[in-house]
Amino acid sequence: MTIPINLKVNGKTVQLSVEPETLLVDALRDQLRLTGTHVGCDTSQCGACTVLLDANSVKSCTMLAVQAADRSVMTIEGLGSAAALHPMQAAFREHHALQCGFCTPGMIMSAVDLLSRNPSPTEAEVRAGLEGNICRCTGYHNIVKAVLDCAQKMQSVPARESAHG
Amino acid sequence: MDEVGTGGLIGQSVKRTEDIRFITGRGRYTDDIARPHTAYAAIVRANVAHARIKSIDTAAARAAAGVVAAFTGADMAADKIGGLPCGWAVKNRDGSPQAEPAHPALQADRVRYVGDQVAVVIAESQAQARAAAELVNVDYEELPVVVDTRAALAAGAPQLHAEAKGNLCFDWELGDAAAVERAFAQAAHRVTLDLRNNRLIPNAMEPRSCIGDFDSATGEHTLITASQNPHVIRLLLAAFVFGIPEHRFRVIAPDVGGGFGSKIYPYPEDVIVLWAARKLDRPVKWTAMRGESFLSDAQGRDHHTHVELALDKDAHFLALRVETVANLGAYLSTFAPAVPTYLYGTLLAGTYRTPAIYCNVKGVFTHTAPVDAYRGAGRPEATFVVERIVDQAARQLKLDPAELRRRNFIPPGAFPYQTPVALMYDTGNYHATLDSGLKLADYAGFAARRGAAAKRGKLRGIGISTYIEACGIAPSAVAGALGARAGLFEAATIRINPTGSVTVLTGSHSHGQGHETTFAQVVAQMLGIPMDSVEVVHGDTGKIPFGMGTYGSRSIAVGGAAIVGATRKIINKGQRIAAHLLEASPEDVEFKAGRYVVRGTDRGKAFGEVAFAAYVPHNFPHATEEPGLEETSFYDPKNFTYPSGCHICELDIDPDTGLVEVVRFSASDDFGRIINPMIVEGQVHGGLVQGIGQALHENCLYDESGQLLTGSFLDYAMPRAHDVPSFDVMTECTPCTHNALGVKGCGEAGAIGAPPAVINAILDALQPLGVTDVPMPATPYAVWRAIQAARGRAAA
Repeated sequence: MTIPINLKVNGKTVQLSVEPETLLVDALRDQLRLTGTHVGCDTSQCGACTVLLDANSVKSCTMLAVQAADRSVMTIEGLGSAAALHPMQAAFREHHALQCGFCTPGMIMSAVDLLSRNPSPTEAEVRAGLEGNICRCTGYHNIVKAVLDCAQKMQSVPARESAHG
Repeated sequence: MDEVGTGGLIGQSVKRTEDIRFITGRGRYTDDIARPHTAYAAIVRANVAHARIKSIDTAAARAAAGVVAAFTGADMAADKIGGLPCGWAVKNRDGSPQAEPAHPALQADRVRYVGDQVAVVIAESQAQARAAAELVNVDYEELPVVVDTRAALAAGAPQLHAEAKGNLCFDWELGDAAAVERAFAQAAHRVTLDLRNNRLIPNAMEPRSCIGDFDSATGEHTLITASQNPHVIRLLLAAFVFGIPEHRFRVIAPDVGGGFGSKIYPYPEDVIVLWAARKLDRPVKWTAMRGESFLSDAQGRDHHTHVELALDKDAHFLALRVETVANLGAYLSTFAPAVPTYLYGTLLAGTYRTPAIYCNVKGVFTHTAPVDAYRGAGRPEATFVVERIVDQAARQLKLDPAELRRRNFIPPGAFPYQTPVALMYDTGNYHATLDSGLKLADYAGFAARRGAAAKRGKLRGIGISTYIEACGIAPSAVAGALGARAGLFEAATIRINPTGSVTVLTGSHSHGQGHETTFAQVVAQMLGIPMDSVEVVHGDTGKIPFGMGTYGSRSIAVGGAAIVGATRKIINKGQRIAAHLLEASPEDVEFKAGRYVVRGTDRGKAFGEVAFAAYVPHNFPHATEEPGLEETSFYDPKNFTYPSGCHICELDIDPDTGLVEVVRFSASDDFGRIINPMIVEGQVHGGLVQGIGQALHENCLYDESGQLLTGSFLDYAMPRAHDVPSFDVMTECTPCTHNALGVKGCGEAGAIGAPPAVINAILDALQPLGVTDVPMPATPYAVWRAIQAARGRAAA
């Protein structure tokens, strides 16, 4: 039995036909071919699948596609493009906050959400705020640096607009 | 060295080329690839650690929705698919070969660990395959189980393989036992320790994934797999598993989400998807669920060691004796025998002038996942032994641990230095990294910080580790003499395209290391062209002539040297072409900053003009040169490289809870010349957190029946952002003396240096309480128990 749903993904309304048990991450990856959202675990621990749902970060492996019906999803592909990077994407590159790149989309989405709630966090607040995302490559040092620097740079632009626009 | 020069791009923190695709979600990992008409595989795994397979019933699975096929080990044996080969053969003390039991990709008769591959179900969707795999009914006759490393050697222990009597794979030794015996007889001081190097699960963030494809028209097999070394996968699977010629077999390792050793090896699933694709004549994809990664990825470490150090009356080291039992798991993974032997025993000299060393290692089989190289591979285990016993000696002799190290270091003037355990260190300066490390850590100000922490009720400690590692594996002839069954060179092709852009084809594989950037820095500097004219291609046996892959911090030291060799050939051929164009003799033409010029004149040709002439050879030295501009180089290293350094950990312990907080970590490393400092620092940070993870958090645990207790991120403690501090890192430089770039490698240093620094710091903090040892990982409970035991002893 498939269920038709409408949802807005990266600003575009899409119609999908999903099984009741289809996870949001599988709908994004398999049906919409938005493969920037990754699956790194099966216990909602690693955060590689983090997307923004109505501007709040969620682990897309932990919700059903039908739960996203009539809501707005932003994935890494919608956050910014190579020609117009989101400040968080730019900060990750500037500070070498990624190595293999696998955790990176989820980490960036979580970091965007973190700054939307707390635009000028301390280092400790950044570290606590990224608790739901595991990176095995960077040792977090440069991720923390990137998020703190991005926070500073976004002080001069309205954070909500650039985070969710 | 110095042949390439150090100005310009080399040594610059150039931002990474590969980042743009990763930060915009356009990386292409194996599971992102969708070939038309793909079917999906799910693996049926043993749920008991040791059993005879009485029967396997796949009927219900085959009848389930969407199922295409279900195959068992009997089907695989009938198709004469071979087992996974071992790539390294060590010898026993008596000269006899190691025990080498077969490792079929699907077990037909017996399972030997929880997670062992038993059957495969293939369906139209991943969900259907996984659901149907649950319906396969395997009837097991359970057999007794042994998981503990030392228990495997006990009389009467359950046996894994008929070929390995007493579960012993090998009983290996290195060094001069008699010289060590004599030194101990004369020693003024003797220090001993019993150490456990805890078992770890690598946990690259991308779970393993592979796609098999077979073209029945051409007979070409394609395997897309999350691998660190596609060429070696092709070599091993073509020759030993499938018996097909390599020209009909292409292995592609696209973007790979971290490896840390665990993606070096061919795995049963690689064999299964390729075999199934051939049988079904359609692509077959398998992607691990994280739970499967925990069960079946090759794991790391797991040593039990007894170590003794002899010192003279002035605290000079006289001799070191090491007895180790190493757990190899249920089957021999590709490099498993090398890790606890030639990558371990050979590093026991550390940075010290210990004149006599003897090491005996027994490798044992147990009913656990195979164990193989994990970041550092043998060298973290060796460093833990050496740096713990040195600190123990300092405590016992009431010496400053830094001073004891200084007194015993190989001095800067003693290189090249032949150790008593086979290696010849080409260069190093251990005093320099110790001195700058101590300064970076403000060692002199520690007493004041300890006092301040005590006022807050915390016990502060500081710990040093002055590690060495052997990287850039390896001179092929040496590796061969030590049991390697393959060469360990690296290959590179430099293809100059007609318009002057450059394609670099490298046998090294990048899965986070940033080769697309660093290799381009080297080539662009050598050719005097912009970096964006250089494209680095890796990870495809269909494009790249050959390669031995990335592990053991070998990419820049071996792969980079091959790239330099091929680029030099390009420059030399270009010189001959330019000489013709300039009507000069080649000896009079020199290449400088991207231009060939006639010495002493302003007459010259840009590199791009020479490239164009090579492809449009209207005016060309046809008598002596072939058209085109493409060169290949195979580089076989002359020696290992020897990165070294000083890692200093400072931490606070809450004596009431045992909670350890790392408050400061300083690292001064000597990696020789550095191509991109930003990338090198990133490698150090990541390695340090894996090392701190081993010391404080991570532990792979099986229960007595062989069930994995730490089978998810809920149970296996991966370090998270709030578990670690920011780091202070710096480098010293003694250039490697035997490769063109003067480089040594940096990928494993953090994981090697950090664990003993952390444990030494904990023991320093707890010394006032009388605590003399804590196990790894030093969890709050383990530290609290050590404190309670010491208090109990003090009260008694």
